[in-house]
Amino acid sequence: MAILEISNLCIEFPTRRGVLSAVEHLSLSIEAGEILGIVGESGAGKSLTGNAIVGLLEPPGHVTGGVILLNGQDITHLSDAEMRKVRGAQIGVIFQDPLTSLDPLYTIGQQLVQTIQTHMDLSRADAKRRAIDLLVEVGIPAPERRFDAYPHEFSGGMRQRVVIALALCCDPCLIIADEPTTALDVSVQAQIIALLKRLAREKGVATMLVTHDMGVIAEAADRVAVIYSGRLAEIGEVRSVIDTPKHPYTKGLMDSIPQIGQNLELLPNIPGAMPRLDSRPDGCAFNPRCEKAKAVCREKMSGLFTAGEKKQMAACWVYAGGDEYA
Amino acid sequence: MPDDIILDVKGLKMYFDVSAPLISRMIRRTSKQMLKAVDGLNFSIRRGETFSLVGESGCGKSTVARAVAGLYTITDGDIVVEGENLSKIRDKTKIAAISKRVQMIFQSPYASLDPRWRVRDIIAEPIRAFHLAKDKADERQQVDTLLRQVGLSPSDGEKYPHEFSGGQRQRISIARALSSRPEFLICDEPTSALDVSVQAQILNLMTELQDDLGLTYLFISHDLAVIDHISDWIGVMYLGRICEITPQPELFKNPLHPYTRLLLATIPDLSGETTHVPLEGEVPNPINPPTGCTFHPRCPYANERCKRERPELRRIGPSEVACHAIEEGRI
Amino acid sequence: MKSTHSMTWWDRFRDHDITYSFCHSPVTMLAAIVTLLMVLAAFGAPLLTSYTPFEPGSLSLMDAFLPPAWEPEGVSQHLLGTDGQGRDILAAIMYGTQVSLTVGMLSVLLSVAIGIPLGIIAGYFGGWVDTAIMRFADIQLTIPPILIALMIDGITRTSLSSEVHEVIAIPVLIVSIGLASWPQYARITRSGAMVERRKDYIAAAKLIQTPTALVLLRHIFPNVVGPTLIVATIGVAVAIIIEATLSFLGVGVPPTTPSLGTLIRIGNNFLFSGEWWITFFPALTLVVLVLSVNLIGDWLRDTFNPKLR
Repeated sequence: MAILEISNLCIEFPTRRGVLSAVEHLSLSIEAGEILGIVGESGAGKSLTGNAIVGLLEPPGHVTGGVILLNGQDITHLSDAEMRKVRGAQIGVIFQDPLTSLDPLYTIGQQLVQTIQTHMDLSRADAKRRAIDLLVEVGIPAPERRFDAYPHEFSGGMRQRVVIALALCCDPCLIIADEPTTALDVSVQAQIIALLKRLAREKGVATMLVTHDMGVIAEAADRVAVIYSGRLAEIGEVRSVIDTPKHPYTKGLMDSIPQIGQNLELLPNIPGAMPRLDSRPDGCAFNPRCEKAKAVCREKMSGLFTAGEKKQMAACWVYAGGDEYA
Repeated sequence: MPDDIILDVKGLKMYFDVSAPLISRMIRRTSKQMLKAVDGLNFSIRRGETFSLVGESGCGKSTVARAVAGLYTITDGDIVVEGENLSKIRDKTKIAAISKRVQMIFQSPYASLDPRWRVRDIIAEPIRAFHLAKDKADERQQVDTLLRQVGLSPSDGEKYPHEFSGGQRQRISIARALSSRPEFLICDEPTSALDVSVQAQILNLMTELQDDLGLTYLFISHDLAVIDHISDWIGVMYLGRICEITPQPELFKNPLHPYTRLLLATIPDLSGETTHVPLEGEVPNPINPPTGCTFHPRCPYANERCKRERPELRRIGPSEVACHAIEEGRI
Repeated sequence: MKSTHSMTWWDRFRDHDITYSFCHSPVTMLAAIVTLLMVLAAFGAPLLTSYTPFEPGSLSLMDAFLPPAWEPEGVSQHLLGTDGQGRDILAAIMYGTQVSLTVGMLSVLLSVAIGIPLGIIAGYFGGWVDTAIMRFADIQLTIPPILIALMIDGITRTSLSSEVHEVIAIPVLIVSIGLASWPQYARITRSGAMVERRKDYIAAAKLIQTPTALVLLRHIFPNVVGPTLIVATIGVAVAIIIEATLSFLGVGVPPTTPSLGTLIRIGNNFLFSGEWWITFFPALTLVVLVLSVNLIGDWLRDTFNPKLR
């Protein structure tokens, strides 16, 4: 059974100029030990999806439809207090900037012990032992010595490791990592990716890795979901999506990424820009930028069709011949 | 041909005083602390070429960009632009003549445009500063041409920056930088705040403008793939120093310096074929950099000499490398 | 992208988020209407009332101590009654509000005129310039405006004849209130300038050799002035209160050109002999005026600074 199962998730922002639908009918699932990458441009709704799962949507945004199941339990409309319990005990959250996730006034030891004790029935000494085990787990050298250090005494990469340790405090079954490597240097980025992969493999944590960087997805994810204008464009195993993208948007996106040794004078690119949420065209949101757009693309939103082997699926009318999923 | 050189940087040093106020220093008995952001840099750029500086954050690449643009008073060294030594000129008209020819594009498409100004005024500011338009109508026409040149329409000039997306704002920045008809553009991470599909559009625009206008670029980025795409020459920076200067295809085909190899090995790559062994450790604090070769604590080839003696750039084939191990033939 | 250049300024105004927020905040709309009516009544007093309460020749002691019109002894000519010298209270309030508003606005204008340039200079240049200006501001803040007013009042009273003193009383009041509150505006603009000077559009302006004075005037000033104006709105209310306090204490405006504070002080003497209206109505006016201005200021602050919401 999937650890996380989202079906038909809709997120809306009521504004005075009308309701903005930021995420529309998004369905995906993550198995234990699996890393699902969520990739998309800024404003595509990828971070909102992560925030909706942990109940941290900024008002006035709210979930207007769909179901979020965590281990079969419906967590879509939990109260703040209930959500906090679930978030602490079952979901670990890692944000982009490690500095904002840590309290500068407490030592990292205090923060870890406090988090452990709020969610687990442990004595102080046991909680401290567990905290040190966690610091070892995330690869912080000499954890006994670093236990009493303040966040500012750590480098960026070490801070992000502490944030991951905090997220792991209560043995979560799901980790939501929102751009966990964006603020870090490339050499440190590789270390953090390796850590996330090891946690998924060894502890069976289901991980949702939200990022704009296809390189990170290629390195870390098992499967990837491509989001365009709040809708799922394509989902499948990471190698098949990167090597043989099916949705015209994914194709254009992959082509526009410069690659070492390519030696092109100009980079291929998709003309135009992603539509704003208040001026999304009828039918497929990508149709004005798509070379293959047909009449039906301008009228009706496409469902998810099988578009390749190994359950690769694309929301595109080109694949209308294949089996339709949900 | 020495007259082919548009920018020559010799022994550039840029130190920042980061010490605590005098009184706290006296109480804690600490001495002055200097952040050596750039510590002895040599490179030159030929006309019409793109020279890139690549490195991790804190290596000093942006400081070099700003120093060359004349935004800092440099600590030591010479920056020679078209035969004029920037740090030695005092004559105001000469300074204006040079700054007209050297312009800059910044990283953040949000902070580089004054939010209270109309786009037309933002683009026209350099035209007005250097008196490049005969009259209002001429200025208007010049701005319209620039807007079209970067793929916007003249009517966009009446809007304010907040009405545009990140990519469009970066186009506005480019139009403004071009408005004083410069020959040399300093581009400080111009695409790193943009989405990849937009990045491709901006990089293509920059390539086209270079071909059309014969521009020379000093390009700063942390993204090796972008650097590989845009550059003719590449300088790899680590802790305020250049460790390798090399022509574009060489860097990726035949990386020499151990740090360059590390960088190439750690970038996430789409092929997914290589399984990387991530190297431990991070960039040290530039306030107390390691002695000798600053890379020695992370370098697998380091020996006693590397800890003691600072390596200088030496020519190896088409490249220049600062590494004792390579010089001694240990790698 | 929607084209906005074809819109007239009126369309833009109607479409603006601030207009929208205003139209959806009934309390703010009420406060704005009340403030507007009071300003109109104050500055339109010569047109709205035929009484000239502060020309002694036009007063008649026969009319003294008349209660408001709805009381048994009240007369309809004097809606809110009269004071001990037969002045019409309503007319006195209108003229008094005029003095209060003038002192309030001009003193805020003075503090803004001192505070904004000093704040911009301190924030932009930093270093010892910043230290010098902000220490000066700190010292200024330790001296309460009442003390400054008492000092200036004392000096002018002893060194000048009473006629001259009456003429310069209002300017003295404006200067002492204005001097006391400039550090507030300097602090706000300073922190704004410290943020803006690091932004790349400033670097871009320096790159084309824009003189520093023009960088400050054309780029920094327009980007930091907004928050100051919001605080200035509340500042007007505070200044009116300080003025009323000083006038109540007798060191503010002289009784010949009374402000609301002076009227309250005059009426205070009769409060215990039953003539409550002489002090009650000016006091009520002061409360309503200050409350309305404060409500507008609060709304401005909330609208322009979403983080505070």
